[in-house]
Amino acid sequence: MPTAAPTPTDSRPASDYGGVVHDLSRDVMTSWMNQLQAAARSGSPSAYMMVSGNCVEILRCFDILPVFPEINALQLAIRKKALPYILKAEEIGYASDNCAYVKADIGYTLSEGVGEHGPTPKPSMIVCNFVGCNVYIKWFEHCAEMLDVPLVMIDVPFVRQGEAVQPGDLHYVIAQLQGLIVACEELTGIKFDIDRLREIVGYSARAEEGWSRAKDLCKHHPAPFDAYFDSINMMGPINALRGTKEAADFFNAAVAHYEQMVAEGIGATDEENFRVVFEGPPPYPYYRNFRNLFANWKAVCVQSTYSTVGGTWEFGFRHDPDRPLESIAEQMLVHNLCNRTMQERYRQIQRYVQEWEADALVIHSVKSCRLFSAGQGDMREYFTKELGVPTLMVESDLEDPRYYAEAQMKNRIDAFFESLEYKRLREDAR
Amino acid sequence: MTTGEKIIQECRDLIELLPSQALLAARQKHPGLRGLAVFPVYAPPEVIHAAGLMPLGLFGAGGKLETTQADSRFQSFICSIAKSTLELFLCGDLSPENGFEGAVFSSICDVARNLSSVVSRNAPDFYIEYLHLPQNAATEAARDYTRREFHRFRANLAHAIGRPITDEAIAESIKLYNRLRELVSELYEHRRVRPGTIRTADLFAVVMAGTFMMPEDFIPMIEALLAELRTCVPVQRDSVNVVLEGAFCEAPPIDLIDSIESAGCQIMDDDLAIGWRLFSRDVPATGDPVANLADAYLTSSAYTSVRHNNGQPRTKGLLQRVHDSHADAVILASAKFCEPALLDYVLFRRTLDEHDIPHLKIEFEEKMWTFERLRNEIETFTESLLFD
Ligand code: SF4
Ligand code: SF4
Repeated sequence: MPTAAPTPTDSRPASDYGGVVHDLSRDVMTSWMNQLQAAARSGSPSAYMMVSGNCVEILRCFDILPVFPEINALQLAIRKKALPYILKAEEIGYASDNCAYVKADIGYTLSEGVGEHGPTPKPSMIVCNFVGCNVYIKWFEHCAEMLDVPLVMIDVPFVRQGEAVQPGDLHYVIAQLQGLIVACEELTGIKFDIDRLREIVGYSARAEEGWSRAKDLCKHHPAPFDAYFDSINMMGPINALRGTKEAADFFNAAVAHYEQMVAEGIGATDEENFRVVFEGPPPYPYYRNFRNLFANWKAVCVQSTYSTVGGTWEFGFRHDPDRPLESIAEQMLVHNLCNRTMQERYRQIQRYVQEWEADALVIHSVKSCRLFSAGQGDMREYFTKELGVPTLMVESDLEDPRYYAEAQMKNRIDAFFESLEYKRLREDAR
Repeated sequence: MTTGEKIIQECRDLIELLPSQALLAARQKHPGLRGLAVFPVYAPPEVIHAAGLMPLGLFGAGGKLETTQADSRFQSFICSIAKSTLELFLCGDLSPENGFEGAVFSSICDVARNLSSVVSRNAPDFYIEYLHLPQNAATEAARDYTRREFHRFRANLAHAIGRPITDEAIAESIKLYNRLRELVSELYEHRRVRPGTIRTADLFAVVMAGTFMMPEDFIPMIEALLAELRTCVPVQRDSVNVVLEGAFCEAPPIDLIDSIESAGCQIMDDDLAIGWRLFSRDVPATGDPVANLADAYLTSSAYTSVRHNNGQPRTKGLLQRVHDSHADAVILASAKFCEPALLDYVLFRRTLDEHDIPHLKIEFEEKMWTFERLRNEIETFTESLLFD
């Protein structure tokens, strides 16, 4: 089974949009995956880390290669290779109701996908950046136990009151980051160099600026890219490669390309009939099919919450070379989707709908991911009844192909856009 | 009926009530008493009690309520406790008019976290608190953080009710809850060393009722119950001694516990309502009482499936629980869709297999009316062990 693992040559996301930015993204991501493969053979230091609100900059300071099991799981799903691994995990006791990202990754690990026989290195250390999702803790505890690798826990207090960072929380996270620095020094024998961290954090800020500008360009009509399906091209570089010159340069090039599209009035599709905001992760096993169901209606996503699991840079946050550790901690605490309340997410979506001028909200409710889905019925209620935003909610999974029912999905989506179209006709007639 | 039997019946009746009715019952002795609901697993009841409120265990509605409105807010793959808890707010059972000041949730899982936010949107007049309990127990920074978090809770609650919560009052409440925890662990110990003198379903009813009463009313009841139990003669049965693990949050239907026992299992230890009996030692009442509670959470709490502890993995904790209670087997009973319990099952199963400890996995939910199939499953399990 490990042969099914991601390989550098076959890392194209199954997006229909195979344009310039997609190719640029593929190039930088492939180069990282090549490094992962090399590390799997050489045993050079690597560490597991989670995507959301991560502190990858610290690993880079010590030349520790970051490995993201979530990205592993995502790639297995998008290439339709996840199911055998999910089943393997279920054989050892995982429940059908558990997060399938965990199951695919663990099944893959048990099938020798991780370590010298597979394309993913066995980590020298597991850094559990507990940012929002409680499943992260379990997942990494399981990895630590199964791979017999030490675990460093970074406990990040959840945003409890509004958006302000509480000084005590900041202090707590910084103290743990300092603990991580000591662990990295011990692992690598490299002495911590604050100037190196400043430089890395500077690259992060450049990438974040690019991210923010690209997202802002979707305020144009038509939007130059689909901020749900195409944003995966930017999510890899911003979350996994943040803190590198390559990622910063990638965003310069991506923004330049999108700006040119906007200048020429070119949109993500030949015609933009509906502008929607997306909530929830996509069904990766049926990414292309799902996208087509919206493309049929010329519906373009202009903003999405899923793309902000790593960071909500479009609202202004940047890592700061003058305050490297503090800004890393602030990013983990506040400036990402996962560590914020449902109500904060409602406000984020509301801003998206207003500022990006969307016609509707689409909620893809994912059984695996309760961080996203628990309470989305309330979200639908709030947006339809209290804000009057037309809202569609469909259900499947981000990893497990067994939960995707194409015909049912199509019916719901068609019915929704038909009603939007009808409403528009009636309004035009008035 | 003996005194003990009457107490048990009273407790069984009490846990059939909805939260508002339980508060009403407490008001007979404490006119005008108001409550604050505590969602599992843990929030310091001492601080709430010291505020002059009744800390009330918010274990959902346990099948006593139709979830007519909450079903559309939380999808089909979400545990029952989340839905019925929201329903209690939506239907107005948990409301300021019914005497509640609010509710407190903590960082146990993704569902509970989102639930607290959804509840606060739907109950805007309420004080809804969310505690982020530490997942990194080992460091000095964790100690400072946890103390600050407990102090924050005290300050917010005081602000919400419009009066201060003094150190002296918290110290007094700590003494009460120390006594309460001491008595509950005595009850647990009693069940272990004098099997057959109290059924677990009854013990469970008593412990749960303790979360539906003021501690000063509960303590004399449990003292009287223990006094009677001490005179009972243990009854030896042909049964398998088990630890029941996994029901640390949503509570199983009491009939399920009955079924486990009548299928031939003697429950020796469990994690039912564990948040209400978390500490293994008395919490000091002198000095800064809030800091003492925070320190107790970090250093002397039982392990639970919702807390990471690098130094003391839960798998070790479970083995210890099995060892200390002289159990032969483990029943891993989790609420349906409970991610923390279902994920922990994997490592528990692995560890139990490594140590040749037989185990059985079962799942429960609030609206469970027939237990026949489960009972058969448990019977097959116990028979396989008894007649092996
Ligand atoms: S629950 Fe969601 S955020 Fe958490 S690990 Fe699973 S997919 Fe990721
Ligand atoms: S039963 Fe489990 S999933 Fe549900 S709220 Fe409790 S801990 Fe969370």
